[in-house]
Amino acid sequence: MWEYTKKVRDYFLHPKNIGEIENPDAVGEVGSIVCGDALRLTLKIDRDTNRIQDAKFQTFGCASAIASSSALTELIKGKTIDEAMQISNQDIAEFLGGLPKEKMHCSVMGREALEDAIANFKGIPKAVKEEGKLVCECFDVTEEKIRKVAIENRLTTVDEVTDYTKAGGGCGECREEIEAILRDIWSVKVPEKPAIPKKLTNLQKIALIQEVIEREIRPRLQADGGDIELIDIDGNRVMIALRGMCTGCVMSDVTINSIQDKLKELVSEGIVVEVH
Amino acid sequence: MNTIYLDNNATTPVAPEVLDEMLPYLKELYGNPSSMHTFGGQLHEKVEKARSKVAQLIGAELDEIIFTSCGTESDNTAIMSAVESFPNKRHIITTRVEHPAVLNFCKHLARKGFRVTYLPVNNYGQLNIDDLLKVLDEDTALVSIMYANNESGVIFPIAEIAEILKKRRILFHTDAVQAVGKIPIDVNKLPVDMLSLSGHKLHAPKGVGALYVRKGTRFHPYIIGGHQERGRRAGTENVASIIGLGKACELAMKNLSDEINYLKGLRDKLENALLKSCPDASINGDINNRLPNTTNLSFEYVEGEAILLRLNEYGICASSGSACTSGSLEPSHVLRAMGVPFTAIHGSIRFSLSRYNTEAEIDRVIEIMPLIIKELRLLSPFGRDKLEQFLHSPKSKFLRKIS
Repeated sequence: MWEYTKKVRDYFLHPKNIGEIENPDAVGEVGSIVCGDALRLTLKIDRDTNRIQDAKFQTFGCASAIASSSALTELIKGKTIDEAMQISNQDIAEFLGGLPKEKMHCSVMGREALEDAIANFKGIPKAVKEEGKLVCECFDVTEEKIRKVAIENRLTTVDEVTDYTKAGGGCGECREEIEAILRDIWSVKVPEKPAIPKKLTNLQKIALIQEVIEREIRPRLQADGGDIELIDIDGNRVMIALRGMCTGCVMSDVTINSIQDKLKELVSEGIVVEVH
Repeated sequence: MNTIYLDNNATTPVAPEVLDEMLPYLKELYGNPSSMHTFGGQLHEKVEKARSKVAQLIGAELDEIIFTSCGTESDNTAIMSAVESFPNKRHIITTRVEHPAVLNFCKHLARKGFRVTYLPVNNYGQLNIDDLLKVLDEDTALVSIMYANNESGVIFPIAEIAEILKKRRILFHTDAVQAVGKIPIDVNKLPVDMLSLSGHKLHAPKGVGALYVRKGTRFHPYIIGGHQERGRRAGTENVASIIGLGKACELAMKNLSDEINYLKGLRDKLENALLKSCPDASINGDINNRLPNTTNLSFEYVEGEAILLRLNEYGICASSGSACTSGSLEPSHVLRAMGVPFTAIHGSIRFSLSRYNTEAEIDRVIEIMPLIIKELRLLSPFGRDKLEQFLHSPKSKFLRKIS
């Protein structure tokens, strides 16, 4: 279902400033047909006052992309280019009474087209602007863009970055990279894995195995309707039984392997899990 | 404004006859069919009568039908049953264009260590049986291939595949949710082991489905509890909906051949008119092997959500494979698997008809649709020349993935 405000619907159904200005003073182009949305913005700018006299757009995209583009043209008409540059993607969204969060990238596209057009007006060549490492190959999103949009909109999660830039919304391969960028921006410390203690006493080992089972293993089995019972520990041999839905489950071999892997990771490399 | 509902592959209206049949079981006849007293116990017979109607529609026997809560449950049950019945076999074969009920369940099993082969389709959405033959092996526990595709409407050669698998003694399940009630299906001529169907795709209510399991097929229940459905699916029967499904199957059987002709007539009229009135439009899928009620059309240079929302203004309901309507940022996995160019996927629209659509409704869509396409194209920065330009630019990963 569409959760668009009345204003988004109005601007989608009756968009203002459609088309192309003949002999424009500035052209901004962003997006591509592959990515599912694209915007071409043409401006008439008074070269003496740097004032935007007219703005027109052409958009390929969904309703909110069309509405955002139209809103942008309304917002910048009559402003000087310096004033126009103050308009953020949030301003575009607010002008429309808000956008669904997963459609925020439409407002970002508007802001980008404006930047592109003004750079074009100032004669800054495209190649210089488009430098930067490509993070999301599916939607052609650079690290530079992710940083910029994340900082401007105070984005802290990968999902938010996807909502605002589409990055990470395709194959998902770059999600970890986006997370690293976010950590870098906000300097959030990575929760580190508990270090493997060296040379455990038997007593410590038993306690640690019990702790890992309680903390790491049991909750996951219980989430699938199963359970685990710790029967005995003899050196590195851990004897367990599977309970509940795990009993006779075709996946039980896989489950046991994953229990063993977890214990190897968190307790000792030598652990062997046996089922009773 | 009247609604013109052309999204029947998503769900269908409940037939008035079905509702009438159901109502007593939502009012005074509220008993539990498992009860010993007559008040409840009498419903058992009604459930069995509904079962026989479902069985008849597909040529099955009474006790080969298990009632479930939906098509997804039927699909999940069939796959899980196969896996549990052959614990030493770790290979599953399906296709890249299945419904998520099969596709995501297979992905889930792949994460649990199963080997899953996803068969490709060609540009017309057709399967190549040689691709299947190449990947069958001793380790194959199950082949699950849909009868007809929900998006393209393309019908797969299920009978031919079933014959091959029968000879090889490999278990075969077909998700026939989009096919049952729309085209004739007779399990006597179709040696599938399991077949899923869903009530709300054939004018029964949502929340009821069935799984056909051929006699002699190894079976493990998925939902475990009481003895209902002869121990094959626990949970108190959804009596009213089961009775509704029985009635819906009876109606489908009675009118099937007339309906096929009627729907095909309307669908072809709509399709031909739109291809004529909208330049740069094309059909997605094999036009010779298609459900009679489905057409999937691509309109270049415009985006599907925008088309749908404009249609919505006229009360016209359809669906699209575009990214903006998929619930994620990725466009339709079916159209991508078919190698439909991205430009065409974003502008894809599916119309799916039912017996309740009228010619006047189709005429209205024929009148409105070209206006919408023309208007949105005026807004678009793309056109034939721009597209050419784009296609010569370096391709993104998405395009590389399909090519």
